[in-house]
Amino acid sequence: MSNQIKIVIDGQEIITERGKTIVEVARENNIFIPTLCFFEGAEKKANCRICTIKINNRMMTSCTTPVVDGMEIENNTPELNDIRKSIIELLFVSGNHFCPACEKSGNCELQALAYRYQMMVPRFPYWFPKKQIDASNKKIIKEQNRCIACKRCIKTIFDEKGRRYFAFKNRGQKLEVVLDQVMGKTMSDEIAKKAMENCPVGSILYRETGFEVPIGERKYENEPIGSNLKG
Amino acid sequence: MPENNQISEILKKFNNDRSRLMDILLEIQEKQNFVNEEDIKFLSEKLGVSGGEINETLSFYHFFSDKELGKYNIYLNDSITANMKGRTEVKKAFEEACATPIGNVSEDKQFGLFSTSCIGMNDQEPAAIINNKIFTQLTPYRVRQLVKGMRDGKPIEDLMYENFGDGNNADPDVKAMVFNNIRRKSIILKNDYEPYTFLKGKIRDYSPEQVIKVIEDSNLRGRGGAGFPTGLKWRFGSRTDGAHRVIICNADEGEPGTFKDRVLLTQYPEMVFEGMVIAAFATGADIGLLYLRYEYKYLLKFLNRKLKEMQEQNLLGNNISGIRDFNFSIRIQLGAGAYVCGEESALIESLEGKRGEPRDKPPFPVEKGYLGYPTIINNVETLATAVKIMHHGANWYANFGTKDSLGTKLLSISGDCKLPGIYEVEWGISIKEVLEMCGAEDAQAIQVGGPSGMLIGMKDFDNLDKTTLMRWYKPSGMMVAERFFDRRLSYSDLPTGGSIIIFNNQRDLLGDVVLNFMDFFIEESCGSCSTCRNLPVLMKMKLEKILAGNGVKKDIEDLLSWGKTLKASRCGLGQTAGNPILSSIFNFRHLYERHVQSLKEFDNGFDLEKAVEPYMDFVHRKPMFHHF
Repeated sequence: MSNQIKIVIDGQEIITERGKTIVEVARENNIFIPTLCFFEGAEKKANCRICTIKINNRMMTSCTTPVVDGMEIENNTPELNDIRKSIIELLFVSGNHFCPACEKSGNCELQALAYRYQMMVPRFPYWFPKKQIDASNKKIIKEQNRCIACKRCIKTIFDEKGRRYFAFKNRGQKLEVVLDQVMGKTMSDEIAKKAMENCPVGSILYRETGFEVPIGERKYENEPIGSNLKG
Repeated sequence: MPENNQISEILKKFNNDRSRLMDILLEIQEKQNFVNEEDIKFLSEKLGVSGGEINETLSFYHFFSDKELGKYNIYLNDSITANMKGRTEVKKAFEEACATPIGNVSEDKQFGLFSTSCIGMNDQEPAAIINNKIFTQLTPYRVRQLVKGMRDGKPIEDLMYENFGDGNNADPDVKAMVFNNIRRKSIILKNDYEPYTFLKGKIRDYSPEQVIKVIEDSNLRGRGGAGFPTGLKWRFGSRTDGAHRVIICNADEGEPGTFKDRVLLTQYPEMVFEGMVIAAFATGADIGLLYLRYEYKYLLKFLNRKLKEMQEQNLLGNNISGIRDFNFSIRIQLGAGAYVCGEESALIESLEGKRGEPRDKPPFPVEKGYLGYPTIINNVETLATAVKIMHHGANWYANFGTKDSLGTKLLSISGDCKLPGIYEVEWGISIKEVLEMCGAEDAQAIQVGGPSGMLIGMKDFDNLDKTTLMRWYKPSGMMVAERFFDRRLSYSDLPTGGSIIIFNNQRDLLGDVVLNFMDFFIEESCGSCSTCRNLPVLMKMKLEKILAGNGVKKDIEDLLSWGKTLKASRCGLGQTAGNPILSSIFNFRHLYERHVQSLKEFDNGFDLEKAVEPYMDFVHRKPMFHHF
């Protein structure tokens, strides 16, 4: 059986292979679908919902849905783009993302997406619920006001025995991503730096060094998110 | 790490199996009343996972605690019906008698007093769970008596009345003051079936394929609410390869207002289990699990006894009923308090000892479910119904109900009516007849299908909104208002999982009902999706703003448009979490418009006139501001 299949994204026919997800196929073909919780190589769990697309008028997440022969996908439509923008706004008001004071500014995917979707004033009220900052660890600071609960640290930061450093705690509005207190004590610099790097926002901050790359010379300042893809 | 003998024993019992973490935590909680930081460290060491991961499960479920609880722990139901039946006074009586505000443990550590989501006793509210025993129809007087008894150190069993509820509620292994309130019987509830008749006899004449065929021919659809064709589900499940195949009975009914599964499990457990065995035969499954919500823990001992009896009769175990190589067993898994676990993939996560977070689909459980095996999940009522269909045949079943919705449905009716309880009705019954049947007069609205259902009202139904809205808000049920009382319960008109709550004209639909439903969704969200974690809170805040008289017209439009984003959530809970507000705008828009400031199109967020009122009063002047 041939592995080759054909799918359609916004009217564009694409020949690809079975087994890949929609996001992967889109990227290979120069098509932009926004993602936040997606992390290459990590377990797939669509938490942020920003990669929502439509198949047969049904909303699905492109980071978890495998391509199927003949699949027709709506992606870059006013309706979906508005839902994506509203999710970005939702993440801004349900946390407290004060970019000018954030070490991650310019490397932050949430900030970069906010620019791309031209967020001016969020449609939601300024909620900014107050959350605790966990500064008890020697290597990192966990700034809960910036956490978007994307799970990327949970899915990618392990010790040599495969145990997770980070985990969810509680549920619903009280949901938090927390660092395991015991494992945190022996966390290496390498792991701490990786945790900061894998965080799409500025919620995990490596202590002691900061602003090594000055503002103005950072990733998305030079190349706005998705600008390498046609759109 | 110091050895902890008690926990070591428990771990040994479950073979140090990480996937049995729910049972491990339940036992620890049962023995010592909480699971503390040291216990978590110990478990983490023994199970080879981080403490954070243990706590992930522990902190997710409502009935687990990492802090010491009271000697007596009172969980007072907070469903809308409880509130309509006098919960406020009962709560006050508890707070006074226990000397603690709700949500806390009293200073003397005697009492833990907590609110809890619907416990499935809507026909006998106000109700509470105290140390795993159910107390129904509470009054402030009864509360004071109960607390006095507890203060005197009496065991909780001694505080229950001598005369227990009807039927099996009085069984020595149940001993509950719960009433079945079965008010109408039809083909499922009629006592014309000797338990296990099909399993002991006719099943031997069938091939698995033939059983699936009968269920398909009967057009039986899932009775949990979603209405997926049962035969098709069995067929899918039987086709996927796997080292094992799993049948799960979903007894996690958490939709506020539903209590039919409670009654089925109390009075007809044999039929439910027989349905599971038939499903196993049809699909070639060898593992059986019944996920029982923690609120129904009082039935656990009784149900386990029934399973043991089945084993003794060779209706479970190996070569069941003499059919060679037909091996199947059933284990009951207790939940720990989470509505979302009624969603089938969240239920599987919970069965594997994790937090009840729904999975992304595909893959579906029939492809990859419990521990990766093909898994078929059916509702309690669906399985019981399947037994009767197999016994009488698909043609017999086609005599009942309507063309598109064959058979009967159990309704859990509560709220403003004279005769709350369980009614088995044929599909196609009109709302008007339902109201007459249960003695409801002066009904303003009916919630069909629980809060995640829809609130159908009169006014704007025919307006332009309809087509655009219906596209977004696919109802799993609805709140029906008077103009629609001729509509009928069926999959093509008003589908329902069976929860029917009636509100009379004295009820404040927005201020009491809708706000209560929103609180429910906020409390029960798993929090995984950014949308369902945050939007219901913002929507509730906006409704409160409107109810406080500070809303403008645009606020109503905002709510409708925010609801679209909520539809991008992963599971049914998230997608329908805005339904209380959305469907009440849809159907009772006049109630919203009554509250918003009709002259103002724009919300400047600040009422200058009101702010300077005290000053103006003081200086005896009248405000003179221009209105923009």
